[in-house]
Amino acid sequence: MTLALPWRRWGRTAPTKTRQRYPAVVVLAMLFIVFLFCIFCFADVLAPYDYRAQSLRHRLAPPIFLGGTGTHFLGTDELGRDVLSRLIYAIRFSILVALGGTAIGALVGTMLGFLAAHFRGLVEEIIMMLADVQASLPFMLIALALIAAFGGSFLLFIFIMGFYGWEIFARLTRGVVISAQGQGYATAMTALGATPWTIYTRHILPNIMSVLIVQFTLNFPQVILLETSLSFLGLGIRPPLTSLGQMLGAGRAYLTTAWWIAVLPGTVIFLTTMSISILGDWIRDRLDPTLRGSSS
Amino acid sequence: MAPILSVEGLSVGFLTDLGFRETVHEVSFSVERGKTLCIVGESGSGKSVVCQAILGILARNGRRTGGRVLFEGRDLCTFSEREMETIRGKGIGMVFQDPLGSLNPIHTVGRQLRETLILHTDLDERGRQRRAVELLRMVGIPEPERRLASYAHQFSGGMAQRVLIAMALACNPKLLIADEPTTALDVTIQAQILDLLNRLKTEIGMGILFITHDLGVVAEMADDVVVMRHGRQVEVGSIQDIFVRPQMAYTQELLASMPHLNRKAPIYRENA
Repeated sequence: MTLALPWRRWGRTAPTKTRQRYPAVVVLAMLFIVFLFCIFCFADVLAPYDYRAQSLRHRLAPPIFLGGTGTHFLGTDELGRDVLSRLIYAIRFSILVALGGTAIGALVGTMLGFLAAHFRGLVEEIIMMLADVQASLPFMLIALALIAAFGGSFLLFIFIMGFYGWEIFARLTRGVVISAQGQGYATAMTALGATPWTIYTRHILPNIMSVLIVQFTLNFPQVILLETSLSFLGLGIRPPLTSLGQMLGAGRAYLTTAWWIAVLPGTVIFLTTMSISILGDWIRDRLDPTLRGSSS
Repeated sequence: MAPILSVEGLSVGFLTDLGFRETVHEVSFSVERGKTLCIVGESGSGKSVVCQAILGILARNGRRTGGRVLFEGRDLCTFSEREMETIRGKGIGMVFQDPLGSLNPIHTVGRQLRETLILHTDLDERGRQRRAVELLRMVGIPEPERRLASYAHQFSGGMAQRVLIAMALACNPKLLIADEPTTALDVTIQAQILDLLNRLKTEIGMGILFITHDLGVVAEMADDVVVMRHGRQVEVGSIQDIFVRPQMAYTQELLASMPHLNRKAPIYRENA
């Protein structure tokens, strides 16, 4: 008998046809995410300059591939700040916001979903009504109102990002938990004297984890885009802090004369959201037994 | 000797779209130590609902409407949910119809067995491991040490049912409720599981409440029989009473519905 590992099943290859297990796009997306993660972790070491240091004498210097000097590899912005250093820190802040925001949203939403599924009745009605309210309003509007009301500190901004997408997690969790409650193993554990808490945390949560992970990867790029939009409007991350959206917003005035200030962060946003979407799609296909083997 | 479980006038109702309806009416029986009581009846006669009511695991819209459930002299109907959790698994174990569905697909059976032990015993990690091996050996699973690391999908139905019996017996319950434990299994495996239950009954000295619609299984297992129909108890008696001297018309019909070797089924008779 071979060793029993669940991932054996995921990576199973059909004996007759040789199947490419990792499509090239997925590998590229993975590499890009790893690359971003390295930048996220080692921003202090990687950035050649302080991202806030201004040098008005060297403002709007072109990047090296447009005939610039080696001192500012990707040129400088309108205040003479090094674009490469700002880009590195922008990636750090944007990922921090998106990761924190998505994590808060996932946590809150999942918990509310569990509560709704457990208590049903009035609790469920209220939670689902709140979810409906949020889903029926454009989130941009909610975010603008919250920022206008409470001001724009960095932590608050992460919290607002966390507000985004909780309703999807809540709805999703409620649905899968209710269906899992009807499963034999849940009934069996109840009959053996397990408390609902034990059953939820140790039996149902691990079973629905794949669904939640996929939702996480779908939510993440959306939060990055949202952060970008808000920062672009000047309502998100504020100078001297930097983020991808903030760089994009600040650089748009110089699009004709110094396009690199806006285009470089724009490219990073584009590649990031695309990579995560590709990975999310791929993970979903791998985890869904009905799709397994049909794709790639 | 006082019975382990005695059910007195138990009634259960469900809230449906048509309003609250009582579906099980005044069922009474008792299970003695070391004896097996079979509840037999057609589909929808309320057999499973009675079991769920005893353990307090009725569906969300269900509720006990009357009667008492005395387990070792104490009325379970008056217990709080918290007290019931200590009875389930420790006082009364339960085995279900669908063995493979009753095991969590993403945990190893070892983990699930150990978890049952965490719920009701003070054993430490090593003690739990030892007890898990012991339990699997007791229900006749070969190479228990290695099988503990297997997942549900690597077990056949019969083996999975043995694991579930082991889980139900993990904390030495006084009573085992078996809700059609052999319905999903083929006949040879069915016989093995019934043998196993009979052996464990005498070894451990527990009572068994056995639910089935199969009169062959009743004949093999039961000391006492309750016949149910439409949520009512039709007849109660010892196995001799029911099989040899059935009093009620429904019981006689039920017995007559069993296929006989020397009699062809009606559909063939007409063509002959």
